[in-house]
Amino acid sequence: MKKEFIITIFSENHIGLLTRITIVFTRRKINIDSLTVSESALQGIYKFTIVIRETEAQTQKVVNQLEKLIDVLKAFYHTNEEMIYQEIALYKVPIEPIYESDAIEKIVRKAGARILEITKDYVVVEKTGHKEDTQALFEELNKFHVMQFIRSGRVAITRDPIERLSEFLKERDAFLNSLD
Amino acid sequence: MTTKRVTGSEALILSLLEEGVDTIFGYPGGAIMPVYDALYDYDKRVNHILTRHEQGAIHGAQGYARVTGKPGICFATSGPGATNLMTGIADAMIDSTPLVCITGQVASPLLGTDAFQESDIVGMSIPVTKWNYQITSPEEIPQAIAQAFYIANSGRPGPVLIDLTKDAQFGELDFEYKKCTKIRSYVPEKPVDPHAVKEAVDLIDAAKKPMILFGHGIIIGRAEQELKEFIEKAGIPAAWTIMGLSALPTDHPLNVGMLGMHGNYGPNVLTNEADLIIAVGMRFDDRVTGKVSEYAKKAKIIHIEIDPAEINKIIKTDVRILGDAKKALKMLTANVKENSHPEWMEEFHKYMKVEQEKVIDKDLRPTKPGLTMGEVISLASEKTNHEAILVTDVGQHQMVAQRYFKFKHSRSNVTSGGLGTMGFCLPASMGAQLGAPDRTVIAVIGDGGFQMTIQELGTIAQNKLPVKIIVLNNHFLGMVRQWQQLFFEKRYSFTELQNPDFIMIGKGFGIEGHRVDKREDLANGIQQMLDHDGPYLLEVTIEKEDNVFPMVPTGASVSDIILEP
Repeated sequence: MKKEFIITIFSENHIGLLTRITIVFTRRKINIDSLTVSESALQGIYKFTIVIRETEAQTQKVVNQLEKLIDVLKAFYHTNEEMIYQEIALYKVPIEPIYESDAIEKIVRKAGARILEITKDYVVVEKTGHKEDTQALFEELNKFHVMQFIRSGRVAITRDPIERLSEFLKERDAFLNSLD
Repeated sequence: MTTKRVTGSEALILSLLEEGVDTIFGYPGGAIMPVYDALYDYDKRVNHILTRHEQGAIHGAQGYARVTGKPGICFATSGPGATNLMTGIADAMIDSTPLVCITGQVASPLLGTDAFQESDIVGMSIPVTKWNYQITSPEEIPQAIAQAFYIANSGRPGPVLIDLTKDAQFGELDFEYKKCTKIRSYVPEKPVDPHAVKEAVDLIDAAKKPMILFGHGIIIGRAEQELKEFIEKAGIPAAWTIMGLSALPTDHPLNVGMLGMHGNYGPNVLTNEADLIIAVGMRFDDRVTGKVSEYAKKAKIIHIEIDPAEINKIIKTDVRILGDAKKALKMLTANVKENSHPEWMEEFHKYMKVEQEKVIDKDLRPTKPGLTMGEVISLASEKTNHEAILVTDVGQHQMVAQRYFKFKHSRSNVTSGGLGTMGFCLPASMGAQLGAPDRTVIAVIGDGGFQMTIQELGTIAQNKLPVKIIVLNNHFLGMVRQWQQLFFEKRYSFTELQNPDFIMIGKGFGIEGHRVDKREDLANGIQQMLDHDGPYLLEVTIEKEDNVFPMVPTGASVSDIILEP
């Protein structure tokens, strides 16, 4: 059965790695629902967070193939339940309806969103949450004709008390040193 | 360490020499001219083979790598030179062949401008290389080449491509070379887990009908002796995949033959009767498994494999032994009990008897007038005392050659297994001959594949490579025709060939040869070819519509293998 999995990849920071990683998915005709790349807590090590809908068996195989890439240090996969995750969404809403009623204000308060900027033409609203939450807010605000909407890729951290990457790096360093 | 001020091009050549390179296959062009200029001064220390097409260069490098176990090296220029390597790179990737390919590239300021002969070869080759890298400054050369060699030939080997911009070739650096021995993000081989070995030993000792399936990993890992000792102690029948051919002598009593679509009857059928499968250095290719859902259902599976991504990829494994086959087999041999399975072996013999009557006798002792591929190959094997290196192309002749050629020594079977690249044989045979100059190299090619890289006859002639070329000519793209006959109601859609006079073409290139049409001329024909000093082309006219059997039809289970139409 297909369900959502969050794949986390830790890699060296080398040119072209994003292509190498995405090719692993496209070759198997797996759509990437969300992708975020940034430097991890460890300097020089980059973290990719990728969300896909797949069977667990296929996800495991993809992770194996990702780990096979020369520049990839380690890849993990998790279910949504095993991670704490967020996405951020920005909404540009016309100012007129705000003058006319407090409807938008109520929506923003109820959603726990915040206003980032107000100009004479529009306001920019920011909301972090799961996709369902940011999407729900979009549906509400779009009654007033949202001018622009953007949602980020997912960022996620494990519920696991152990920081698996640092454990992994310790093991790897010990292994490499044992080769000398 | 002393350093030396050199150009990037010279640094490349010096790096290759540091890695022990003695042979390079290549084709010059604009963007790699500085490298060729540097090479000019080193022609005493390294043998460069000028092919007639870049595809010839890369298949040559593959042939060299397969018989030596050393990375094959090839040079090509940017743009079309580089793209012409792609088929061979993909072939090497799927057959785990170590290659280091060097491509020239336009100068770095021109990257991305659609400059003359610019192609994004790094982008293009990502999915078919184990690793690739573009060098844009000369200082990067020694380290990148060192990494290229380390990656190409460690763990599960594969092709690496280094793209070298023209300004990096012209620029200068202080050259010093240090071999690469580790990369933080890449562990080529994990130590064998003794617990996994223990679990495997328990299964092996308890099994009544165990069977070993071995592949290319035995040859790559130089584990031939360890395999032999293991099967002999545990008394287990062993079957090879195409890529595993020659890792065990053909006539070893425990060698039960070839797996797969056109493999032997016994090992295919009995895969589904075995209670234990020990797969070593093989990857359960679809041509080996047939219908996966019905594959080896009665067996527990032990998978010994260096590439973790192969575990559970196709077949669910009960015991995984990650790591080097040589080490794993040694540990198994030390711990399994001495054993034999005479009744189980007898099953294989029974199936072989049936195959002998229904297939092999017809192929090797035909009663009809037309020559069969089987009799030609069997005779060529016999006349070389089964000591030759066999190089094949792709199609019917390939399957027949794998079935009937016999081997005494490892690294003696060079074929395009995973990718099935027509045109592979002729250039690969040049590489095989250069890698094993003292051995007889027999290239067996169909009339279709021969015409895909026929220009390499020029390279063979120029370098006086004494390759013995047998073209099995049935005037058809035979394997496709066979499928058309069996599965497409004999609708022979574009498979019949009007061929040129191959012997005349060979002579045009300066290669001696002659054609055999009749059975009574065959033995002499082969002898004449083998006795000839230098390359020789023997064309044999084959029965037009012969088929290769046994056959596991696509989608069928291995136990539903058919022996005749």
